[in-house]
Amino acid sequence: MQDAVTTIAATGAAARSQTGERLRLIARNIFPFVVVGTIWEIVAWAGIFPHRLFPTLEEVAASFVRLTVAGILPHHAIETVIRLLSGFALAALIGVSIGVLMGRSRRAEDIFLPLVSICAPIPGLAYAPLFLLWFGLGNISAVLLVGFVSAFPIIFNSWTGVKAVKEIWVRSAQSMGADDRRLFSHVILPGALPYILTGLRLGLAQAWRILVAVEMLAAVPWGLGWLIFGAREFLNTDAMLAGIAVIALIGLGLEKFVFQKIEDYTVVRWGMVTA
Amino acid sequence: MTENGQRTRSFIRAAITLAIAAAIYEGLARSGYFAPALLPTIPTVAKTLFGMFADGSIVEHAAFTMYRVMFGFGLAVVVGIPLGILMARFSAIENFFLPLVSALMPIPSFALVPLFMLWFGIGNLTTILIVFYAATFPMVFNTWSGVRSVNPLWLRAAGAMGADEHKLFWKVIIPGASPFIITGMRQSFLRAWIAVVGAEMIAASDWGLGWVIFDAKEFLNADIMLASLAVIGAIGYAFERLVFGSIERATVQRWGMVRLAKG
Repeated sequence: MQDAVTTIAATGAAARSQTGERLRLIARNIFPFVVVGTIWEIVAWAGIFPHRLFPTLEEVAASFVRLTVAGILPHHAIETVIRLLSGFALAALIGVSIGVLMGRSRRAEDIFLPLVSICAPIPGLAYAPLFLLWFGLGNISAVLLVGFVSAFPIIFNSWTGVKAVKEIWVRSAQSMGADDRRLFSHVILPGALPYILTGLRLGLAQAWRILVAVEMLAAVPWGLGWLIFGAREFLNTDAMLAGIAVIALIGLGLEKFVFQKIEDYTVVRWGMVTA
Repeated sequence: MTENGQRTRSFIRAAITLAIAAAIYEGLARSGYFAPALLPTIPTVAKTLFGMFADGSIVEHAAFTMYRVMFGFGLAVVVGIPLGILMARFSAIENFFLPLVSALMPIPSFALVPLFMLWFGIGNLTTILIVFYAATFPMVFNTWSGVRSVNPLWLRAAGAMGADEHKLFWKVIIPGASPFIITGMRQSFLRAWIAVVGAEMIAASDWGLGWVIFDAKEFLNADIMLASLAVIGAIGYAFERLVFGSIERATVQRWGMVRLAKG
């Protein structure tokens, strides 16, 4: 605990950004990667594994640059991101509507809850062959599957969120003469928003996790998952690792620039999350 | 009384919903608009499921899948909990591993399947490693934040009452962090379960529930697919509810700590 306290104090001090402190922090964050990179290089140079299967980091970096300059890597990445966003948009639209409906109306809850609770515990990828069979190979299957799978956390969280709106808020708004529409847009929606945002965040994370695998299975013409899977056929381990690096970057970008920003601008600012 | 009445009504409505959904599905399947191979009727699926149980094939597939999940999940627990505790207790270890964990975590486990196939071939090893990769991160993260969030007051109180390091660790820190650790195990099992199905599909080995579904696609056996889906769902549900539910009831709920776990 002592250590944890000092760590928090240390990061806090660094955030106040004396330049020296900041440099130390950066160095501290880079150090582990240097260690792991060095180990990787040593293993690669030592030739314990066949060179084709375990390329050096320079080769990975070189093929990363080559593929980026040739426009292949960006094309794959853009297709993946578009697929992710369209699947997620579908999930957000359907998920929030069903979730809110379930939270507001007892009848809707009774209708949807059994269906949702039966479909949700099955891992998303298990549906993939079924979707491929029904909707064919390619984009439609991939987007639909991503949307279908990431809708569940959104439904569950929106539903819980609407149910968690305090009864007393609803009653006081009603006694002050709010009609149904105002009640919904001024009380229920803001009250449920932290949950809905959590649901969206979980849904996007889920969509991201599954999308790569869906691309491998659905044989889409472009996409990072397909790039990695295709590279295996030709033993292009360097291209594969370059693709994985891009996937990591996109994932990190989603985490840093989407999830945290959304949280900062909304629920943390409204003081609804005491994180 | 009204509470009870409401529950019965919800139950009846749920049953009616499912019956209607089944009837619609059955109607579509029998209407002949879709090929029967793609949309098998419910009795066909049930018959297939029964047949797979009767000849024991589904049990064998499930056993292979369970073996891979439990192995990978076990490894994740064995590695994840100590690593999480060490990260929370020693800042040097935290400084080293936290950047690595944060960088690796956003890589979906499936992205590594082709790489692992090249390195480790097709079969158990690749699948287990993918499961391990997927399950480790929630384990590490939850343990780490659990140990960090142990109330400092408890530590001081225990220290003031003369607890030594050893006692402090086993009697205060571990029980204090346990709601988080159990949440972590739950999340990691869920991830492991998702990962195993995907890994079995992509790194097609000979056995496993994921492979059955994927293989059935080649032969347009939608009935086998739906039957295996039902088995996968049932196993996942059973673990989530029965195993982790009862662990939670036996430990943190009994100690009155669930509120912490939820909050």
